[in-house]
Amino acid sequence: MVRLEAMLIVLVVVSALSVVTAQHQSRQRFVALEREQARMQQLEVEYGQLQLEQSTWATHARVEKLARERLGMRPPVPGQTVVLESGL
Amino acid sequence: MKKKARNVTFNHNPLLERGLPVWRARLLLMALMAGSAALGLRAIYLQGVNEEFLQAKGESRYARVVDLAATRGRVLDRHGEIQAVSTPVKSIWAIPSDVRLDPPEARKLATLLDMDVAELNSRLAANKDFVYLKRQVSPEIGKKVAELKISGIHDQQEYRRYYPSGAVMAHVLGFTGVEDKGQEGIELAFDKVLAGKPGQRRVIKDRRGQVIEDVESVKEPLDGRDVTLSVDAKVQYLAHTALKQAIDTHKAKAGGVVVLDAKTGEILALVNSPTYNPNNRGGLSGAQLRNRVFTDTYEPGSTMKPFIAGLALEKGKFRFDTVIDTAPGRLTIGNATISDAHRHGLLTVAEVIQKSSNIGAAKMALTFPAEDMWQLFDSLGFGAPLKLGFPGEVGGRLRPAKTWKPIEQATMSYGHGISVSLMQMANAFQVFARDGDIVPLTLAKLDAPPLSGRRIFSPQTAREVRAMLEMVVLPGGTAQKAQVPGYRVAGKTGTAEKLEGGRYTHKYVASFVGFAPASDPRLIIAVMVDEPGGAFHYGGDVAAPVFAQLMGGALRALGVVPDAPLAPLQMARQGDPASRSPL
Repeated sequence: MVRLEAMLIVLVVVSALSVVTAQHQSRQRFVALEREQARMQQLEVEYGQLQLEQSTWATHARVEKLARERLGMRPPVPGQTVVLESGL
Repeated sequence: MKKKARNVTFNHNPLLERGLPVWRARLLLMALMAGSAALGLRAIYLQGVNEEFLQAKGESRYARVVDLAATRGRVLDRHGEIQAVSTPVKSIWAIPSDVRLDPPEARKLATLLDMDVAELNSRLAANKDFVYLKRQVSPEIGKKVAELKISGIHDQQEYRRYYPSGAVMAHVLGFTGVEDKGQEGIELAFDKVLAGKPGQRRVIKDRRGQVIEDVESVKEPLDGRDVTLSVDAKVQYLAHTALKQAIDTHKAKAGGVVVLDAKTGEILALVNSPTYNPNNRGGLSGAQLRNRVFTDTYEPGSTMKPFIAGLALEKGKFRFDTVIDTAPGRLTIGNATISDAHRHGLLTVAEVIQKSSNIGAAKMALTFPAEDMWQLFDSLGFGAPLKLGFPGEVGGRLRPAKTWKPIEQATMSYGHGISVSLMQMANAFQVFARDGDIVPLTLAKLDAPPLSGRRIFSPQTAREVRAMLEMVVLPGGTAQKAQVPGYRVAGKTGTAEKLEGGRYTHKYVASFVGFAPASDPRLIIAVMVDEPGGAFHYGGDVAAPVFAQLMGGALRALGVVPDAPLAPLQMARQGDPASRSPL
């Protein structure tokens, strides 16, 4: 009888301690999750800013200006165009 | 042992033998029982009856409901290029009474916020609980301000909308207000789709305010969805440049351009001038904000004539080559006289369109009952808004046929006494570009072209009018400046004197509406220039060159095969399907 009781007490204590550990771990994991989520959001924000930057660099006005001024390009005049037709 | 000797045991305690009154014991027992009953009731009250309230009170000590921001959707052009995007920014605010700034700190803060120290101090001297020091600064600056750790200075997250294309797209996109709500253009028309729904969740925070447990999600944040427009950023840019040039050269007051895809009814470009920069909206005037293409109506002038020709052919009363006598260049109806700018004499129906004879058009129109003409205008979409969801769209003026006098019917045939918006005009020209039917216009990109539209003319009629419109840009027509090298072009000029306060002034609206390639129309372009102030005011001189420049650029950008190859053009035939490249 005494032995059974002792065993049960040990089991209860072990269970109690594991509850504490589990809770602790869950909190730690949650904090980690939280951190990663914040990072994800941060990266999304950065992605948005980069997209914005990209489209600002790629505005047609800027591309045309660079093409004309720096690269010396111009629209083809009639007669310079070669039309490729599909063989079908 | 001595005590034992005295023979005093518990049972034989002499004190007890004195015999206490029974009520004392009973009273004590009752008191104890009452006490325990009170505790029991209290416990039941707290645990049972009042439990919810107390739980909530307790939770409020550590649980918090946090708002989760939802971002507004992006606006993309038809190729996925970003036209509007929200990025987070910080607004720096302060509780003036909490702020204790020593001069070096004030200097640092002022430099970060790009303000004068004096201005900063005057803001902080305000007798208010809340002042914005600076709204919408970049997140980096917000972080640096937070790192100064000045008490009483706080920041809050906000979103700011950016429009990379700036003025080019301004009238298509519109803009949002401070609260990130759409106020104009697409931002307003598609606000329901774009706007996100902020969410909430309940969390447990520790003493330092760090979230340690996610209890439940009260409401998931719902990010706004992206909107993909039918607009092609490249065509839009070409249209913007071409119109701006024309406005500058001809010293015009304003102007508008619409580009439609004739195959699908998609709006590829929509440009107004004057325009504005949506990223910096200080000092805007109403004229700049006006989306003329939708909200302004004008008397279309001669661009109306092809519809009358179409009606004439459709009803079988006229043929392509039926001769109409327009001599002597004047026609009196009732007590009013209409006239042509040039005398022409005998003209075929095709030549009436080519040379833009008012008398020819009026003579054709007067062979129909007013009801027929009204029916035509109505089915072409004049007189009622197109309902594209744009704010301020107008329907123009089209009075009921019963009230028309013959002279009005005559003038309406060449576009006076009726008013339309440029978008309506472009819409109606589908009837010639599309073999006689009209599909609904759209600003959102379509996955598949609409199956069929509303039929107005037979394909035969549409093709014949198209041939007439092609003559307009050929030698002998009114718009030779609308020619595009390499492509067959068709269109119609319009020059209308403006009506102000019921009288015609010497101010004009020059327009050109046309499409190309004429063999298989792909693009419809409508150009309108308001009050050209230079040497020219005819549609053929002012609007047609804009059309030509834009059409040439747009067809090349879309890779449309030329249908009128010029002599030196080489045609290469590619036999190998694997290396077939799209143009």
